[in-house]
Amino acid sequence: MTLTPVQQELAITALKVGVLLNLLLMIFSGMTYVERRLLAFMQFRLGPNRTGPFGLLQPIADGIKLFFKEEVIPEGANKWIFVAAPGIAIVTAFLSVAVVPWGGTVTIGGRPILLQIADLDVGVLYLFALSSLSVYAIVMAGWAANNKYTLLGGLRSSAQMFSYELALGLSWIGIILLTGSFRFGDIVRAQDGWFIPDWFFFKQPLAFLIYMVAGTAEANRTPFDLPEAETELVAGFHTEYSSMRFALLQMAEYVHMITISAVGANLFFGGWMSPVQFLPDSPLWFVLKLAAFLFFFVWLRGTLPRFRYDQLMDFGWKVLVPLAVLNLLVTATVVVLLQ
Amino acid sequence: MTIDAVTFYVAAALALVSAVVVVAQRNPIYSAFALIVTLCSLSAIYGILGASFIAILQVVVYAGAIMVLFLFVLMLLNVRPEERFAGESRRFKLTALALGALLAGQVAAVLLRVARPGVASDFDASSRPVARILFSPQYLYVFEATSVLILAALVGSVALARKDA
Repeated sequence: MTLTPVQQELAITALKVGVLLNLLLMIFSGMTYVERRLLAFMQFRLGPNRTGPFGLLQPIADGIKLFFKEEVIPEGANKWIFVAAPGIAIVTAFLSVAVVPWGGTVTIGGRPILLQIADLDVGVLYLFALSSLSVYAIVMAGWAANNKYTLLGGLRSSAQMFSYELALGLSWIGIILLTGSFRFGDIVRAQDGWFIPDWFFFKQPLAFLIYMVAGTAEANRTPFDLPEAETELVAGFHTEYSSMRFALLQMAEYVHMITISAVGANLFFGGWMSPVQFLPDSPLWFVLKLAAFLFFFVWLRGTLPRFRYDQLMDFGWKVLVPLAVLNLLVTATVVVLLQ
Repeated sequence: MTIDAVTFYVAAALALVSAVVVVAQRNPIYSAFALIVTLCSLSAIYGILGASFIAILQVVVYAGAIMVLFLFVLMLLNVRPEERFAGESRRFKLTALALGALLAGQVAAVLLRVARPGVASDFDASSRPVARILFSPQYLYVFEATSVLILAALVGSVALARKDA
């Protein structure tokens, strides 16, 4: 059976989606192990080391355990929304990975294949749109459980997410101005130069700082993990979730963190581009940069205490947003002057 | 059927069904969620037409920003499902039916005169051409004035949040 070009294109895209989904799930389960081990070492503990050699089978054991846990839906909960929330969380988290490139074009069997699911004309904006939709999962989860802690946690984290979304979006604009494109491929290729300083990290250091802070807040990671401030809110918006639904919410958070890392590696550190001219560009570079970002997130969690809620909002609106606007102003001026 | 056609019919059906749910649902929270689905399906249709920029803005502005506000108000005020309207008499229903028929007739008259089946224009509505039009002399002042207004709102919100203000 021969396939028409459209069918071939579809088959290749389906294959790419399948591979990427599996990779993400593997990174996710790997990260749960790596994070706990690394945190343990940072805190002079051992971490999970009993299941399999060095505790490597711990993620599998956790998965099996979560599968067999009883699923509880609270009596007063709004069942439809309660069940839908984890689904929306995971769908928006996975969809946002579609525009992230993890390599250039490779030729397999005389056919060029782009190592990215969709190189959208509006790639960066697409990411922004999905991150604004992912807030709904948290709002829904927090409200539907009909519990005051989850409601407060849901409100807090959604307020946090769209406050920091603004700074996150503004931090990208400098790069978009320098590249003249929303396309991820163009942005990465614009950083191809003779040496490391062509990375946007060096041209837009302030934007990178804002991106990292806002990205940490977007992913609800320490020091911005207020939704999970257990001393005051039990476990925030996912207090009432158990079993696989809890696992899905958790997975969505990890995928967010992976996306933030992958986007950071692409926008600021040249993605799959080699840092030095005499070495070839390869997806391996991207994987290394991604791993560095993920390590950084664990490191942050091991180092910093949690913010207070009012400090968090103050910092977002009164420090990050003005700084991002300033960065935009300076970048725009420089771009115009250099033309 | 081409892929575009399949996507269009799925998105259009979803938009219509969820739009009916927005109106027919008595629980305002469900209405809000249905409206989000409508807006996202419309965005998909823009996407098929090649207007990727507008498709994304539809999600960012309407589905993302405005609907979150709606939802927040609904959830914080704890709005109850709508009670059946007390004065729902026979006369009331008849008036509603007549007015509805009038509106449907007007819409049909306009559609029959204007709309013809055909292909969408071949105008390229990806981000670059849209930006060129926005920054053309025709729209430049309006566009810049709007952006200053939005910036003023942003600065205003920060100023309002200051403790010593």
